[in-house]
Amino acid sequence: MQSHILSIILFTPLVGGLVLLFVPKENKDAIRWIANIFALGGFLISLPLVPMFWAQRFEPGFKFLEGTPNNWIPSIGAGYNLGIDGISFLLIMLTTLLGWISILSSWTAIEIRVKEYYVWFLVLQTGMLGVFMALDFFLFFVFWEAMLVPMYLLIGIWGGPRKLYAAIKFFLYTLFGSVLMLLGILFLYFHHHTVTGVFTFSIPELYKTAPLIPFHYAIWLFVAFFIGFAIKVPMFPFHTWLPDAHVEAPTAGSVILAGVLLKMGTYGFVRFSLPFFPAVVSHPKVQSWMIGISLVGIIYGALVSLMQKDMKKLVAYSSVSHLGFCTLGIFALNSMGLSGSVLQQINHGISTGALFLIVGILYERRHTREIAEYGGISNVMPVYATITMIMFLSSMGLPLLNGFVGEFTILQGAFTANWRWAAWAAPGVVLAAAYLLWLYQRVFFGTVTNPKNEKLHDLTPREILTFVPLIIMALWIGLYPKPFFQILEQPVNQIVQTIHDNSNANAPVNAQVAPAPSSRSKASN
Amino acid sequence: MVELTIFALGILLIDLMVPREWKWINAAGAFVGVLFAAFCVWRIQAALPRGGVGFYNSLLVDRFAIYFWYLFLAGAAIAILMSVRYLDVEDEHHGEYYALLLLSVVGMMCMAAGIDIVLIFIGLELMAISTYVLVGFLRRDRRSNEAALKYMLLGAFSSGIFAYGLSLFYGLSGGTNLRDIARAVSAPQNLHHPVVVIALLTTMTGLLFKIAAVPFHQWAPDAYEGAPTSITGFMSVAVKAAAWAMLLRILVFGLWPLRSVYTPVIVVVAIATMTGANFAALTQTNTKRLLAYSSIAHVGYMLLALVAMGTSQPGSPGFSDGFKGILVYLLVYTFMNLGAFAVITSLRQRNVIGDEIDDMAGLYRRSPVEAMLMLLFLLSLAGIPPAAGFLGKYYIFLSLIESGHYGLASLGVLYSLFGLYYYLKIANAMLMRAPMETERLPVSLGMRCAVGVTALATIVIGVYPEPFIRGVNWSLGIVQSPHVAAMVK
Repeated sequence: MQSHILSIILFTPLVGGLVLLFVPKENKDAIRWIANIFALGGFLISLPLVPMFWAQRFEPGFKFLEGTPNNWIPSIGAGYNLGIDGISFLLIMLTTLLGWISILSSWTAIEIRVKEYYVWFLVLQTGMLGVFMALDFFLFFVFWEAMLVPMYLLIGIWGGPRKLYAAIKFFLYTLFGSVLMLLGILFLYFHHHTVTGVFTFSIPELYKTAPLIPFHYAIWLFVAFFIGFAIKVPMFPFHTWLPDAHVEAPTAGSVILAGVLLKMGTYGFVRFSLPFFPAVVSHPKVQSWMIGISLVGIIYGALVSLMQKDMKKLVAYSSVSHLGFCTLGIFALNSMGLSGSVLQQINHGISTGALFLIVGILYERRHTREIAEYGGISNVMPVYATITMIMFLSSMGLPLLNGFVGEFTILQGAFTANWRWAAWAAPGVVLAAAYLLWLYQRVFFGTVTNPKNEKLHDLTPREILTFVPLIIMALWIGLYPKPFFQILEQPVNQIVQTIHDNSNANAPVNAQVAPAPSSRSKASN
Repeated sequence: MVELTIFALGILLIDLMVPREWKWINAAGAFVGVLFAAFCVWRIQAALPRGGVGFYNSLLVDRFAIYFWYLFLAGAAIAILMSVRYLDVEDEHHGEYYALLLLSVVGMMCMAAGIDIVLIFIGLELMAISTYVLVGFLRRDRRSNEAALKYMLLGAFSSGIFAYGLSLFYGLSGGTNLRDIARAVSAPQNLHHPVVVIALLTTMTGLLFKIAAVPFHQWAPDAYEGAPTSITGFMSVAVKAAAWAMLLRILVFGLWPLRSVYTPVIVVVAIATMTGANFAALTQTNTKRLLAYSSIAHVGYMLLALVAMGTSQPGSPGFSDGFKGILVYLLVYTFMNLGAFAVITSLRQRNVIGDEIDDMAGLYRRSPVEAMLMLLFLLSLAGIPPAAGFLGKYYIFLSLIESGHYGLASLGVLYSLFGLYYYLKIANAMLMRAPMETERLPVSLGMRCAVGVTALATIVIGVYPEPFIRGVNWSLGIVQSPHVAAMVK
């Protein structure tokens, strides 16, 4: 008996999008209501997953499996297979939550082509959820690329002044990564066939054969996947699309972009790069390169943030820095670093998502994001100032809030692997405090310097509502992160185990792999 | 076999008998003719085990041929749907248009089914001459005339070279049947014989010209731009599919023993085609011309699959996936490209030519549904899943990986990024720029059907490709059938 909860979560937003198609576009309020109902519904439907998942959090392997292998396109061995483990579970919950919040936050921000906006947003939601749920590489790739289209449109249609440039740049950059990844996927697929005689895209099956690929091929495959994921993250030399996309995207688009889309890159590293190419990632040279560019990303992102004049750009570059922490944790290759990294991905989704909402609220009122235009805002918008302070503190990693837990665990993991890495990453935390507090000081403290800001009204109940769940989550993770670590424990340990088993290049090839061609074994591992 | 001739003549008669005054009857007649032809093909398909060879061993009706026949008929049917209103606007509504369209389909059918070089050549010329006339169908338009003349001169020239190559093969083997030729060239002493190489190269020149591969592509942008838009769409899918059918018949079935000689040439041509076409397309401002270059680029990708086939053993995954890749690609290309051209055709108004990218501006305001479907076609052309175009790319790159051409595969995917860029140029104009005119775009019923059918096919093939892959697998059962097994060794 299969449970279909994943499919239901996956397709609720898409159904919402289809329903919206039948609403006349003049009726903007009805469209907003329907979109919000489906977005909230999508979040509520995902809530029952929490107790269900909690009950089996220590069981190995993927859970809530759906579909049988090859049930979609038997001719090429692709199937509609869904399943989650602790890592994807957390990211799915983050996606449904942020999806709802961003749709709620767009109520007044989007005035033109309202219907299309919500349709594409809901489609985007389904695409992102699919990426985290797919257990079939073909399916994964379809979601991975299909999701680019709505994002491209969101930036290109509802974006800022340079939206065309930003939209095309975003699309081309990310597609560049994913086409190389496609070649990598095809190689894995074909390699599985040469080893076992079976053509399949099933990810659990490929887990068994991919580590057998000879090192001189695996290194190139790793590079192909790496470019795909590194662009998405984005890691240091591949990040240039990010500021453009973020600055031009509408607020909700930025929230989703930072909150969820970037996580696909890090998710890809954890889900694919590490278990597929354990010998490559644990090769000292590769590892130190990965760590090296993560560290550069941390410091560079923070330094560039310091000198931004545009608030949104500042937040965008701070993402580069924060994601550097995430990749640092991943490539520390121990369970501490990995679970810290996944948790930090969730944290980043919460706090940076909130930061973009914060910038968006000011922008909606004043239509500028220049820091110099503001000052003394806390006098006119006290509630807003308080919420902003909480989220800034969360983002810079103050103890008792979520950011601290993630960054601390990552640094601990990095320290265990090599204390120098942790030492180089630590300034990132300090710099984060510097650019965020300085920003806060310039925008909120003092007297109102710009007469245009005197009449700004404080947050509306709807806007407060968008922040409430984020603040709750930030406090929860900050005060009692244990449940999160428990959820991550099993999958993270399994990945670390895989790397450990295969890291010694001289070890004999595992004989248990290579099942007989006839055995179309079950999708679970 | 008799059925084929009967229905071909039948179509012609239906088409020519209708009175000029009832213009739409021409189209309806042609459409019925195409449907009837499809029905006949279906009958032949049902009786297939008895099909086989006809016309003194010159025609081989096998699954491969039938697959292409369906493809041609689908292309022709959609082109007819697109044409009705367009010809009205152009004020060139004549029955000959549809008659020529159908005649060219008959020629294509001969090309796909012929295994005798004489028949193939006759089919080719029948198709080509009909197309020359169709390209120049807009008598009062200078671009159309120029295009037709260029196309005809270059086409005739390449046909001459092609015929020269075939005549050399005839001289070498003493027979016009592809099987005789295959037998003659497979003798070891003949493989690198200079005459064989010359014959091969000249034949290939003709073939590559017909599929518009660089450096034999110069006719394509001009012909595509000048031709009536509906014909441009038709040419870019059906004529191209026919040329591919002929190329596969000759190179893979007939001249397979020479694959070690021609594959290196194909590699060079494929790279040149992708490079030339993609770079040229980047700067185009005319949508028809842009899509012409894009269609050349697509030829480059398909040639990559031919490379994969030529360098792997028949029956190995690289060979069969390459072969499937070409057939799948032609199938999805038929729908997505015709769909894109259908949208462009509908932009042609009384006093607007509608083939510049600027004419696309703000299409979403003037016709939101068309704009969305155009976006679908463009994304499909760029190979973004879940649109159908991805499936074609998937097979081609898979076959390259399977045959170990990692470098070519990487080059191919990188060029597909160029593709995305110029498709997005159209998409940007359509969705993100303010419209130049605000009135809504009138879309005729026939056009709605054409756009609807192509869009539906693009989506269905992309989301649930299984039946279509089965169809392609079925048509490639040919490789195991005794007729061709003798040729592909």
